[in-house]
Amino acid sequence: MMQSFSVFLMPALLLTVFGYAFLRRVRVFDVFLTGAANGMKSAVSILPALVGLICAISMFRASGALDFLCAVCAPFLSKIGMPSEILPLALLKPVSGSGALAMIQDVFERSGPDSFSGKLASVMLGSSETTFYTLAVYYGAVKITKSRYTVHAALIADIIGIAASLLICHVLYE
Amino acid sequence: MMNAIWFFLVLFSYIFSFFAGTTEAVTAAVFSGAQKAVELTVSLLGMMCFWTGLLSVAESSGITKKLEHLLYPLMRFLFPGLSVKDGAGSAIVMSITANLLGLSNAATPLGLAAMEKLQKNNLTPDTATDHMCMFVVINTASITLLPTTLLTLRSTAGSVAPFEIMIPVWICSFLSVASGILAAKGFSRRWK
Repeated sequence: MMQSFSVFLMPALLLTVFGYAFLRRVRVFDVFLTGAANGMKSAVSILPALVGLICAISMFRASGALDFLCAVCAPFLSKIGMPSEILPLALLKPVSGSGALAMIQDVFERSGPDSFSGKLASVMLGSSETTFYTLAVYYGAVKITKSRYTVHAALIADIIGIAASLLICHVLYE
Repeated sequence: MMNAIWFFLVLFSYIFSFFAGTTEAVTAAVFSGAQKAVELTVSLLGMMCFWTGLLSVAESSGITKKLEHLLYPLMRFLFPGLSVKDGAGSAIVMSITANLLGLSNAATPLGLAAMEKLQKNNLTPDTATDHMCMFVVINTASITLLPTTLLTLRSTAGSVAPFEIMIPVWICSFLSVASGILAAKGFSRRWK
């Protein structure tokens, strides 16, 4: 079901957008080129912000501080029903999407995708985004340095998402 | 805020590494991180061109206006007072649609196009507007209906029911996005 959905999604999207424009006598290719040139400019303008942020995040991971934090928090986590192997995922997902994918792969290999940990990790990963990465890219692209309350609201959303995942998985899968 | 977080990450990584003996690894991470950023930009470049090209075709045919019209009640609630003329609304609608459909390759370029249009009307170019805060908060929460990467990972790991987690994922995503939106709404009234 999912496969066939994804297979037809792109053709449907492209044919609708380009077909409709063509029928409305838009000069499809000319307009496309103008837009694409703008896209190239913005992609290049993100680079400095990306370098700064990705360096800082990689440094933090390489220092081992993340693993240390997990070890410290483990006793507290077991009280709220979070297996300690899930914590790295919950902490890493906001800063690194590929890191979180590596982490969930690790959980799947150790406990299996249909175990409680495997399901909890899946729900947590599926319902969250790479918060700090998104912040960096979006604000970096337009050179905004004062993000006001964005970080606060985004973290509230993340915490509610994690809490909801814990609660729902305990209700459904235990 | 971003300044403080960034500085703290760098400082804390080194301080921690002095105790953990990982100083060399942290220094190596500076170089690999910089390289990763370039690789990411290069891999984004082509898709960025393609999707912003598609967006301008969609805009000039008037199809985004229709979509915007359809989502008008929601848009008015999320982005009160958003001007219709500058096209930020269309870019936001397209980006959110791409996110819902799970086309993350498309969502980022479209989202960046929206940010640029919002920035054009920003009177204080170094400070985020309420519209930007709301848009970024929505983007930092997951609104994907079909997390294809996760489902692929689950089935390759040998899950007997890869889809079992879908409904919990939707419920959690919804709660997370809704609380982010409410928080942003609440903050925007008080924050100067």
